[in-house]
Amino acid sequence: MNNQLLKVGLGSCGIAAGAQDVYNYLSSDIDKNNYPGLDLGKTSCIGLCFAEPIVEFHEGDKRIVYGNVDIKLAEKILKGISTGVLPEENRILEEKGEGKRVAADDNIVKYTGRQVKLALKNCGIIDPESIEEYTARGGYKALEKAVNSMQMQEIIDVMKESGLKGRGGAGFLTGQKWEFLLRAKGDKKYLVCNADEGDPGAFMDRAILEGDPHVVIEGMIIAAKATGAYKGYIYCRAEYPLAVKRLHKAIADAKEKNFLGEKILGSDFSFDIIVKEGAGAFVCGEETALIMSIQGGRGMPNLRPPFPAESGIHQSPTNINNVETYANVPGIILNGPESFNKYKSGNSTGTKVFALAGKVKRVGLVEVPMGLTIREVVEEIGGGSSTGLPLKAVQMGGPAGGCIPESMFDTPINYDSINATGAIMGSGGLIVMDASSCMVDVARYFLQFTQNESCGKCTFCRIGTKRMLEILERITTGSGTIKDIDMLEELANHVRKTSLCGLGQLAPNPVLTTLKYFRDEYLAHVNDKKCPAGVCRSLIEIKIDPDKCTGCTLCARVCPVNAIAGERKMTHVIDSGICTRCGMCIQKCKFDAIYRI
Amino acid sequence: MKTELDEAKKETAQCSCSEDEESLYSGLDVVIDGFIGVPGALIPVLQSTQNIFGYLPEKALKHISERMKIPYSEVTGVVTFYSYFSTVPRGKHIIRVCLGTSCYVRGGKEVLEAIQKKLSIPVGGTTVDKMFSLEVGRCFGACGLAPTISIDGEVYKRVKPTKIGEIIEPFYAEAEANAGADREEV
Ligand SMILES: Cc1cc2nc3c(=O)[nH]c(=O)nc-3n(C[C@H](O)[C@H](O)[C@H](O)COP(=O)(O)O)c2cc1C
Ligand code: FES
Repeated sequence: MNNQLLKVGLGSCGIAAGAQDVYNYLSSDIDKNNYPGLDLGKTSCIGLCFAEPIVEFHEGDKRIVYGNVDIKLAEKILKGISTGVLPEENRILEEKGEGKRVAADDNIVKYTGRQVKLALKNCGIIDPESIEEYTARGGYKALEKAVNSMQMQEIIDVMKESGLKGRGGAGFLTGQKWEFLLRAKGDKKYLVCNADEGDPGAFMDRAILEGDPHVVIEGMIIAAKATGAYKGYIYCRAEYPLAVKRLHKAIADAKEKNFLGEKILGSDFSFDIIVKEGAGAFVCGEETALIMSIQGGRGMPNLRPPFPAESGIHQSPTNINNVETYANVPGIILNGPESFNKYKSGNSTGTKVFALAGKVKRVGLVEVPMGLTIREVVEEIGGGSSTGLPLKAVQMGGPAGGCIPESMFDTPINYDSINATGAIMGSGGLIVMDASSCMVDVARYFLQFTQNESCGKCTFCRIGTKRMLEILERITTGSGTIKDIDMLEELANHVRKTSLCGLGQLAPNPVLTTLKYFRDEYLAHVNDKKCPAGVCRSLIEIKIDPDKCTGCTLCARVCPVNAIAGERKMTHVIDSGICTRCGMCIQKCKFDAIYRI
Repeated sequence: MKTELDEAKKETAQCSCSEDEESLYSGLDVVIDGFIGVPGALIPVLQSTQNIFGYLPEKALKHISERMKIPYSEVTGVVTFYSYFSTVPRGKHIIRVCLGTSCYVRGGKEVLEAIQKKLSIPVGGTTVDKMFSLEVGRCFGACGLAPTISIDGEVYKRVKPTKIGEIIEPFYAEAEANAGADREEV
């Protein structure tokens, strides 16, 4: 009997799509009906969020991956295992042995074709709670190499040569940061892994922590070996309970195997890692605020210099890196800097992970080499618009980033070229917007977010963003004037230049980029009192087309404010004075008879 | 909002001498003892306290301040800074509506409005019957299934404003059934 294995993807997205039910079903049925030689396993997010829940069948070197699996299909798969004929439907990927790989689904060919998995190489492949599966794929080999045969400076030189830049947003050369820590004076040095993932539309770091916690831990231990740090903290967002749980398990397992703790691998190097849970404050992603929060206080940022490398946690030298940054370290150390910097575009090397989402067909976690264009990511990998409406822009970098218009989609992805557009590479949020997204409203959305998260320490950020938000609210509700637009722009530039920390300095980005590329939309709001995308409620009306209305009464029944009147089988009408433009009737109408103008 | 605070005060006043409460406080002491000598312990202690009590009652905060020898002003300073902490009791079930970018551009705001209307509470509020509290979240990592909400941590995908009733009703039905079972037992 060949050993057979069924694996279910149990990352956050899979669970939300129903993977836990599928797993529970499989596990109870396998218990009940004894399948000899069949094991049930789990893994995490493989990045194909649009095809979740995903179940993989392995037998020897054969592998069949099923997408969109529900209980019914799970039942068929089990039946197929006992009869030897597996179901044909929903196969998204097949490997027929001897390395032959056949993607059964065209979507997957396009989705995976241009991707290069370095940071995500184990995500969705291994069971994140099994250190054995991690070591079986070369895990902790890089640490062994670093501990047994590399000097501190040598490790740093390799990191510098790889060209890896911090993936948390600012893009500072990682090797150089480590060198600062190595040279810093002090006998207690700290490392921090920034897992606060503040961008409200991004989930790259979470997917790595949930899918491959050991790679981050190994990266940190190597960083400690290179810099002489004696203690590390992983500062994880409070909303990531699964990631926290898996980190705790991974740390305990790594200690048991002596990859972490006292006298690592028999050397005289010791290092410990502590997981700290955040408590919900965006500003704590900023490094000086993060340090305050780790020390147990309010997460208020401080003026730099002194930089954390001189004076960080408890005034001791501290180095902070992002989750994805650390996740790239073991690969670079083990396979050499060329394995990373062979992917090169402009001043950037390696790959970048993006959470591709919004109005795009194939949503998911993608890792692409530097130099791919935005268009290639959105149209080839993402499959273009999910709504059929033309695409308008992508938003990169979340509340600190900006919107890049469709006309610039041929921009290659690297730090310089993205910064030149006015957006930032950011930590990896990539939200696609189509013609039904109002860019003024998007700017307002992000500003509301940063305004809300402003810690209040410096005046320009606290009051400046508030005034900017008020202006945007005026514009989106129809009482804005042309003078408002000028004032908004002026204020945005002041806030950018004078705020104390990155939160305030970057908060104007969404406003400035939309003003730069979508000024006509602002003008339509203030001059014509129209929202071209049909989003801003005060500027639109909802109407019923008498030619299409059949008088089915559905809309009248769903209207929460009773604004729709009409007899059965007669044309209905909306009372504009009562209507709140919530759009529920549009969703409910089966005849496309209701529209916004 | 005011009524809610009043309710909260009533609730703390009500249970100030129950036996249950004593065991909660001894649980809290165990937590505090576990952090003796650990730097930066205030936030984890507060997190555990909120898990024990469901929220952070004033009395517990004063207790923490005394036991940990941290000025009360500093304790409340930290509590009010982080959105995770709540100083009013919350409902039995926590509904969080995702307003991450992806959910926002796919209609999360409409979902939020529909829930506010259905439950007649603002964001941060709790229903009078203490069944539901409403909060806003940012990205549950399920952007592919936007717009999403979560109830007690379980994510609901592709939520339609018109379907809110169907999601919420089962919770009332369940409460009703439990109440019925209790009555029968009596
Ligand atoms: C307001 C603000 C929020 C930030 N949020 C994060 C975050 O969530 N995750 C992160 O890795 N970096 C974040 N950063 C960047 C960090 O301050 C820091 O630059 C980064 O963690 C350094 O790691 P890296 O060199 O590996 O990129 C944020 C910066 C600012 C100004
Ligand atoms: S934005 Fe809502 S789940 Fe990501």
